[in-house]
Amino acid sequence: MLLQLDKITKSYGTVTANREVDFSLRAGEIHALVGENGAGKTTLMRILYGMETPTSGSIAVQGEEKHFSSPTDAIRSKIGMVHQHFMLFPSFTVAENIVIGREPSKAVGFDRKEAAAQTEALARQYGMPVDPWQKVEDCSLGMQQRVEILKVLHQGAEIIILDEPTAVLTPLEVKELLVAIKALSAKGKSFILISHKLQEIMEVADRITVLRDGRVTGTVNAEDTNVEELSRLMVGRDLVEMIRETPNPGKTVLEVKGLTIRGGQLHPALNDVNLHVRAGEIVGIAGISGNGQSELLQAVSGLLNPDEGDVLLLGESMKGQSVRTIRERGMAHIPEDRYQWGVAKGASVMENGLMGHYRKYQRNGILRGSAIRKLVSGWVQQFGIKTGSIHTKAQNLSGGNLQKLIVARELAQNTPFLIAAEPTRGVDVGAMEIIHGELLKKRAEQGAILLVSSELTEILKLSDRILVMNEGRIVGELSAESATEQQISLLMAGGKAVG
Amino acid sequence: MDQLFDVSLFASTLRMVTPILLAALGGALCSRVGLFNVGLEGLILIGAFSAIVGNHLTGNVWLAVLFAIVCVSVFSALMAYMSIHLKANIIVVGISLNFLAAGLTTFSLRAIFNVKGAFYDKDMVGLPKWDIPLLKDIPWLGDVVSGHSPLVYLSIVLVFVLQYYLFKSVSGFRLLAAGENPTAARSLGIKVTRIQYGAILMCGVLCALAGAQLSLGQVTMFTEGMTAGRGFIALVATMLGQSSPLGVLGSSMLFGLMDALSTRLQGFAVPVHFTMMLPYLVTIVAMFFFKDKSYMQEARKANESSR
Repeated sequence: MLLQLDKITKSYGTVTANREVDFSLRAGEIHALVGENGAGKTTLMRILYGMETPTSGSIAVQGEEKHFSSPTDAIRSKIGMVHQHFMLFPSFTVAENIVIGREPSKAVGFDRKEAAAQTEALARQYGMPVDPWQKVEDCSLGMQQRVEILKVLHQGAEIIILDEPTAVLTPLEVKELLVAIKALSAKGKSFILISHKLQEIMEVADRITVLRDGRVTGTVNAEDTNVEELSRLMVGRDLVEMIRETPNPGKTVLEVKGLTIRGGQLHPALNDVNLHVRAGEIVGIAGISGNGQSELLQAVSGLLNPDEGDVLLLGESMKGQSVRTIRERGMAHIPEDRYQWGVAKGASVMENGLMGHYRKYQRNGILRGSAIRKLVSGWVQQFGIKTGSIHTKAQNLSGGNLQKLIVARELAQNTPFLIAAEPTRGVDVGAMEIIHGELLKKRAEQGAILLVSSELTEILKLSDRILVMNEGRIVGELSAESATEQQISLLMAGGKAVG
Repeated sequence: MDQLFDVSLFASTLRMVTPILLAALGGALCSRVGLFNVGLEGLILIGAFSAIVGNHLTGNVWLAVLFAIVCVSVFSALMAYMSIHLKANIIVVGISLNFLAAGLTTFSLRAIFNVKGAFYDKDMVGLPKWDIPLLKDIPWLGDVVSGHSPLVYLSIVLVFVLQYYLFKSVSGFRLLAAGENPTAARSLGIKVTRIQYGAILMCGVLCALAGAQLSLGQVTMFTEGMTAGRGFIALVATMLGQSSPLGVLGSSMLFGLMDALSTRLQGFAVPVHFTMMLPYLVTIVAMFFFKDKSYMQEARKANESSR
């Protein structure tokens, strides 16, 4: 056994993040670690990578017991980690990012030529081409991930931990990554793969360990299991098959007319976009991220002034109106980037939940504390948000739990129109089920929802009509019944719809 | 015009620029590790005062410079401890240091020398003037470049040393990494805290030299508040120079020239108060140029996205 974690327990005060977790890794194996948000996956990996010390339990690498007190120790034991949020230096070149920590030198000088040569050799050896002299900030996310993996390989890692590696990648990049992981494992590298995406895991993993509430609920061989069994182990119950009622669209709630925003480098960020969303309908917008979806959402929500065109909400023009006015007229917004638009990291769960609701929960300018506490506590229960208390700072919540908080907050606005941008990004299956259920419930209550998602499965599952965006334009409209993943992918990539 | 832009103007530019340049280099080091040091003014003032005290006590100008370095290091270490170890806001620490320095030097002036406003002793020797062989014989250029205090030359040499250190050495590379993305640097086992301490302490040494040049370089005396905002001009020079040593050299030269010009213009029947405004006017104008492309903002952005 290459790596053996034995009865690892980690408690923070009264909270136990890991409870007697056993985990093992064979040489050349891809071992997936799955579980809901806050199940303790990341904590376990932080312990393995020396960023946390376990309360009890032991770690053995190649039969030798190890005590890691810092990542340096873990790196020395040939363990490398690719973090969910990349640990890169944007203004440095690819080569600099890869060799950092073990830079080749001439006297005291940093030999950048040698660094580039080493990078190229490494890239060739593992079949992951990169341009050593390119700046990382100019690289795509897929390329940045490749840099992260090469960095870990340059450190001499034999055990590579990948934390949610596919969360930010486009479908094509995901495929490339999975191929690369398989190729590396064939060369003898071992992987621990943390992910929510059970499909991907089934495709690539040899063994799968499931964590729930800090405990291992099962370690299974990938060939002996299926997605349903894994979901059951993760959530602790069967997932309910979602039933979609036939759409019953009412009057038009949102209408976007000829929306154009200039300022893209090659083409306008938005080019003459027309769409409408009716009551009781979910309109999905598919597209590779960066094709104008963000601009569209910002223009609709009033964060960005369009150069041309108009946005009508309930028949009224919202041109030049403030975000506050638009929201009061009947819009709620689950933003795509939860850290940039969704929450204030330093504020508490309660304060974040209050945002947008504070005008209703005040008396003579004084906030009504007990009513607010009741409101937010209600959401915490309803959505199963894992948080110490409602006074915990938002930054201490995991991404998925934060997302649940935002979704709860925006749904509670109870507006006729809702923007749901990447509503389940980085969220586990249990929470995804809840969020999807709530969105469908809102639709059943004659809410109009504009859904933007880079997850095709999500678009296909929820939408009544699907619009595909490419280079700032709507390049196709498909109905939910007839659309296939291939059709959408083709349109997303800029191809023409067939038939 | 010929009278205005003559040899002595450029020679005095070089003299005036030295304190600004030294402090700005220190500021650049700090900003490269993600610390915005607004305490330059205070550190220079302490340096200027302790250099005079050292000179008075030992009678040796080199021991005086050394004494200034030690004194300023105490304060920069205090600053580092408060802002890094105790995680106090570095802007607040810097500002309080500036006020502390102003009060402390005024008080000490009275306590140690029993004088108000300024201390001058005709027996005190200032920094020597170095004539540069060969160079001094070149007409015009020789008169401008030669005959300055060693600190003037040291500051120019330091520009190139730091430029090499930051952009060519392994250790400098890690310093840049620590500033650009501390979380990532820490995850690689780079000792970010130690690097930040090092940068602030080095900044202290540079500010001490800046202070010594101010009080021992030209006049050999100390007056209350004699830094007159040079620390803040240095701060602007740091930003305008994008925290790169060569850039800092360029921007400091601009401010030094303005400083020298303002002194010179007083001889041309231009109101004193107007000429005194000149360096600061240029500072404000300079602000327009670095606006949003400042290096600091990029660093801050990078830090945020990594969390």
